[in-house]
Amino acid sequence: MREFWQRFSRNRGALAGLVVLAAIAFAALAASWLFPGDPWQMKAKPMLAPDASFPMGTDMLGRDVAAGVFHGARVTLTIGLASTIWATVIGVLLGAVSGYAGGRVDEAIMRFTEFVQTIPSFILAILLVAILQPGISSTILAIAVVTWPPVARLARSEFLALRQREFVAAALTIGLPAWRVILIEILPNAASSIIVMASLMVATAILTESALSFLGLGDPNLISWGYMIGAARAVIRQAWWLSVFPGAAIFLTVLAINLVGEGLNDALNPHLRRQGRPR
Amino acid sequence: MSVVPVLAIERLVIDLPAGAERRHAVDDVSLSLHSGEILCLVGESGSGKSMTAHAVTGLLPDGVKAGAGRILLEGRDILGLGGHEMQAIRGGRIGMVFQEPMTALNPVMRVGDQIAEMLRFHGVADPTRRRVVELLAAVGLPEPETLARLYPFRLSGGQRQRVMIAMALALDPAVLIADEPTTALDVTTQAQILDLLGQIQSRRGMGILFITHDFGVVAEIAHRVAVMQAGRIVESGTATDVLTRPAHAYTRQLIAAVPRLQPARPRAPSSRPVLLEARGIEKTFSAPTGLFRPRRIVKAVDNAGFVLRRGETLAVVGESGSGKSTLARLVMRLMTADAGEIKLSGVEGNLLALPRRRLRRARRRLQMVFQDPYASLNPRRKVGDIIAQGPLYHGITPREARRRVDELLELVRLDASAADRYPHEFSGGQRQRIAIARALALEPELLVADEPVSALDVSIQAQVLALLDDIQRRLELTMIFITHDLRVAAHVADKVAVMRRGVIVETGPAAEVLERPRHEYTRLLLSSIPGRAWIACEAGAQDARGETMQ
Repeated sequence: MREFWQRFSRNRGALAGLVVLAAIAFAALAASWLFPGDPWQMKAKPMLAPDASFPMGTDMLGRDVAAGVFHGARVTLTIGLASTIWATVIGVLLGAVSGYAGGRVDEAIMRFTEFVQTIPSFILAILLVAILQPGISSTILAIAVVTWPPVARLARSEFLALRQREFVAAALTIGLPAWRVILIEILPNAASSIIVMASLMVATAILTESALSFLGLGDPNLISWGYMIGAARAVIRQAWWLSVFPGAAIFLTVLAINLVGEGLNDALNPHLRRQGRPR
Repeated sequence: MSVVPVLAIERLVIDLPAGAERRHAVDDVSLSLHSGEILCLVGESGSGKSMTAHAVTGLLPDGVKAGAGRILLEGRDILGLGGHEMQAIRGGRIGMVFQEPMTALNPVMRVGDQIAEMLRFHGVADPTRRRVVELLAAVGLPEPETLARLYPFRLSGGQRQRVMIAMALALDPAVLIADEPTTALDVTTQAQILDLLGQIQSRRGMGILFITHDFGVVAEIAHRVAVMQAGRIVESGTATDVLTRPAHAYTRQLIAAVPRLQPARPRAPSSRPVLLEARGIEKTFSAPTGLFRPRRIVKAVDNAGFVLRRGETLAVVGESGSGKSTLARLVMRLMTADAGEIKLSGVEGNLLALPRRRLRRARRRLQMVFQDPYASLNPRRKVGDIIAQGPLYHGITPREARRRVDELLELVRLDASAADRYPHEFSGGQRQRIAIARALALEPELLVADEPVSALDVSIQAQVLALLDDIQRRLELTMIFITHDLRVAAHVADKVAVMRRGVIVETGPAAEVLERPRHEYTRLLLSSIPGRAWIACEAGAQDARGETMQ
């Protein structure tokens, strides 16, 4: 663990990303305390430019933009994490079975994976949300359904390679059943690459969520960054603050997650570390 | 012998980066190599023998630098020469042959073109096809004309190593550096390559610096020997002196660790009950070779059978590709056999066709030790968990398991504290001990050991073999021991089965097979053992010494 932390902290960008991410997480947690009440509530005159009492201004209906950004962080992070967890679970499950079993099972699962990959993912996500009724759980489901294939492919290749290792044969000769070999012997050895990939997927999921909300397919009861930008686009020339602050929030979050993902990659897969960095 | 050595290493010191296990990879090493002689540099892994060679060729790894000393090639100090000058010397004045012939050639370039390119690089204006073909013929390759047009993947390991030697010799170097050139090869191929190197050396009169860990090879080829331990030369002298009258304790220890060819064990009484009987085992692999060509079919194991009595050790000997490891995996049911029958006493029916549930119960009676101790232990689990895993799964309490782990660690002579550490904290020999402890944790009756010592240094090898022997006697284990090394087989086995291309060509009591081989292939294997004459007389000498001591 200490070694992991040392390698992680050697990457300055990753540390910066971690700080930003922590700040955003704090914003999400502190939202109800800093901005009590419903963020949809009107607080002042509409279209106020940022000033001391409303640091991010107000929107067309007089709602506090800062309250929206803080409450939106909750929704955004929840959807990003939850959809990634689901996508990882689906992907690892299919990839593990595929790589471990090989043969026809592998063929079938991989052809199915490729089939899903050939469908334009954003269109599929829109379709799924439209069919399932917009809402936070259908957004999570839609994002998970379109993002698992790369995880499955990665997990498969890791399992394929690790399956040949002698410690797996040793576990089989002890008489361990396949599921234990997969979960206890192989998965921990494949985990590092999967964690790195998942960390980067959170960023993609947040972008997809923003895009869905922008199109008005988000949860109508929850405020989110994508929705705010979508609503503000009509008045972008009169009120820049309506789109700039949520936009900056998305940008910072995605950037921070990507930096942390890079740092995780350096720390968990030291042999893959990019060349040219002092050791 | 000329007075001025063609290669002289004077007080060479090579520093290791800070934080390494010792300060110097090579510490105050002096060597001299005259033209017309073969100098063997012997040592175990980590002794600094390869580092010395890398220093001569200017190919030290990053972060490692020569700290002091001189390397004189034909009187000129080449230590620390710049890239371009060194490039001209490498391949020009110094030829090199490496251990791994499989990766040393460019896979997407024809063999002949690779040699021609190298000639061109060294300023041979017009390397004709004829010159390339001559070189290939000189290293004893058949049909050199055709061979020059082939890609490396079509060649066997031995043929590739010959191509490497041809390239090394192309520019008539004064010095040839051979870094374990036969270690990756089969024993019969090794004998041919050693023979070839000897011939070339006497014909061309160059000096060969031959790096090896195997005293058998030394006995076969060396004129002079230098023994390295932990970066220092502990003994050097003529081959005869060092081999027959080793002065330094470490040399004696290394020589003593070379397994003798004499069967070490008295024949186990054949009245013991049969534990396992195998008949007609077959396994065929098929691989597609191309879109329109038929599938390539390899019979990995062809109608193999044997009988194992309790407490007996059967050594299955063969070269790479003989199917010996496949046979082991078939017996362990890690692969499914195409045909055949194995009867295990106490198990009804054919072990090879046992349904899953009954197989799981039978599994604990058969356990396996694998070849590569670096791959056979899960790097993410603690040693204690690795060993306890089997017993825990088969239903003993964690407390009992803990006690069992302690017992087993003691049995394989490791400290009890090993249980709380991860595999990467252990050396190769220690890891193999852990693997043995794991295999024994389920109290098996049959232990299948697939080349358990071939990845280990010779002195460690001797320790692990002694440990296996001791454990076998104590626990009355039956063992199938897969090996490519007849010397190891002689050391451990009651019975020997010799395999070639999937077929068991000869089987019988160890003494009989090794002393009066009936099959010509067994005879070929026996005659290929490096340093055979020396081993025989060494063993004789030891017996004599033993008798006088009594």
